[in-house]
Amino acid sequence: MTAFGTHFSFVFKSGLRNSNLLMINYLFPFGFFVAMGVVMTSINPGFIDVLVPAMAIFAILASTILGLPNPLVDDREAGVFRSFKIYGVPAISIVIIPALTTIFHAMIAATVIALTAGPLFGGVPPESWPALFLVLLVTAFACGGLGTLIGVISTSSRATVLWTQLIFVPSMLIGGLMVPLTLLPESVLPAAGLLPTSHAMQAIEGLAYGRTTAFGPWLSLGALAVGALVAFGLASYLFNWDARNASRRGHPALAVLVLVPYLVATLVGMV
Amino acid sequence: MVEDSAVRVAGLRKRYGDVIAVDGVSFEARRGEIFGLLGPNGAGKTTTFECLEGIRRPDEGGLEVLGIDPHKDPRALGKVMGIQLQTSGLPADMLVDEAMRFFSAYHGVAPRYEVLDRMGLGEKRGATYRSLSTGQQRRLTLALAVAHEPEVVVLDEPTAGLDVATRAELHAMMAELRGRGTTILLATHDMAEAEKLADRVAILLRGRIVALDTPRKLTAAGPDLTKITVRTDSERDLTQTSLPHVVRSLRADSYSVFFSEDAGATVVALIRSIESAGEKLADLRVERPTLEERFLELTQDGGLP
Repeated sequence: MTAFGTHFSFVFKSGLRNSNLLMINYLFPFGFFVAMGVVMTSINPGFIDVLVPAMAIFAILASTILGLPNPLVDDREAGVFRSFKIYGVPAISIVIIPALTTIFHAMIAATVIALTAGPLFGGVPPESWPALFLVLLVTAFACGGLGTLIGVISTSSRATVLWTQLIFVPSMLIGGLMVPLTLLPESVLPAAGLLPTSHAMQAIEGLAYGRTTAFGPWLSLGALAVGALVAFGLASYLFNWDARNASRRGHPALAVLVLVPYLVATLVGMV
Repeated sequence: MVEDSAVRVAGLRKRYGDVIAVDGVSFEARRGEIFGLLGPNGAGKTTTFECLEGIRRPDEGGLEVLGIDPHKDPRALGKVMGIQLQTSGLPADMLVDEAMRFFSAYHGVAPRYEVLDRMGLGEKRGATYRSLSTGQQRRLTLALAVAHEPEVVVLDEPTAGLDVATRAELHAMMAELRGRGTTILLATHDMAEAEKLADRVAILLRGRIVALDTPRKLTAAGPDLTKITVRTDSERDLTQTSLPHVVRSLRADSYSVFFSEDAGATVVALIRSIESAGEKLADLRVERPTLEERFLELTQDGGLP
């Protein structure tokens, strides 16, 4: 097996071997899916229309934003990256492989949810399954890039919690998962447009369900794809091998550039 | 430049803000040599090694490992150099076996599980890094450092936290590596270890080399005093006795200790003095100064010109 394959295999297995990651990759999304399927569909019967995409995107959000950054921070603080450097592991592998394995876990969980939401809770299936999975995959890369970037710029585990909650909480409240974007007050829409989940929901609603969207679905899909590239590019640029070694190529504040594709798509979409 | 030089450090300087960590360090390590770097904490040993390993960029100075510049060609360096860092770690969930597979894959060599057996980790191959004791974790990182059979091995405090048996096994392994022509750079606090293993030793103090030679020559270079330790059956304090060539004396437990410039004359006079007092000699030891004593002498005096 190649070095890349061996590395990928190890990190993927860690996602199952580590109880925290197992919880965040599978148990938490499945538990939340069941709870929402039982409770939310009773309270708000209209929720079954978005149950499939909302819960699948939630699984992606949990793995990539809540699960991915912390191990990166922990490993850097524990000197793991220093070891990796002296053993010849390239920086790009450290940045990309955890993201790829997390995306893999997230897609497994999202697929299980998408396929079982209909039979279990009456969730409305998409008109186009390929479009659904395409958008979910692009979303997973966009969120994976964002999670990696958070892990790269966070100075400590405490800071990681702050950054992840800054993405996760608004995504749950105004990111289209619980309340459709079309029902949000107009003043909130620009803020919602900065969140990948908003664009993911819009792209799925438009491309997989053929529904009316707040922004153009292709525009949203494009924002996610460009957002993924920008996030991984910034993460590679800002990557630091060593918590003790202060040298870094750019200021961590550059990470805010990751929002530019979503901002542009929102501005263009709202015109 | 030494003809068979494996590692060359010339005028290395590194500062962290206002602190000068390494101040013009120069040395060469020959092929197949164990080169010891000794010094108190903060002397600059780890910084010197980290510059050589390509982890830190020096402010000034030339570095070469088998003709490779560590900062210009880190990939080539990784193939010829094995490193055990003083502070490093592996992913907590990585299995011992997996670590060997993982790093061998990055070095492009087949995993050498027998090295794990040799380091006493044979029964721990299925254990996670997190579950290993500190000593076992150090043994694992050491096994990984030598698994790709590098020509130069850098060991930063390799025996810290190891038990006696593993330490002996490690010493045997280092001697074996040297026998195969591997150059070993060894930073250690264990003077006995340096004296036993190192072909040459550099003593580093406040970022500068204050002494560099073979352990034997280094110890001989100090004040030529021999330590004479004696105990009589009555355990009487003999330090007040007037003896020839004694520079200083002290009392340690039930022993009287003398430092003499002429051990033969001092011992003869000492035995006569004991016999004339009607006592019997219970224990007598005559020792040459050790590297540790020379090290303490250099570091306590400040060592710098």
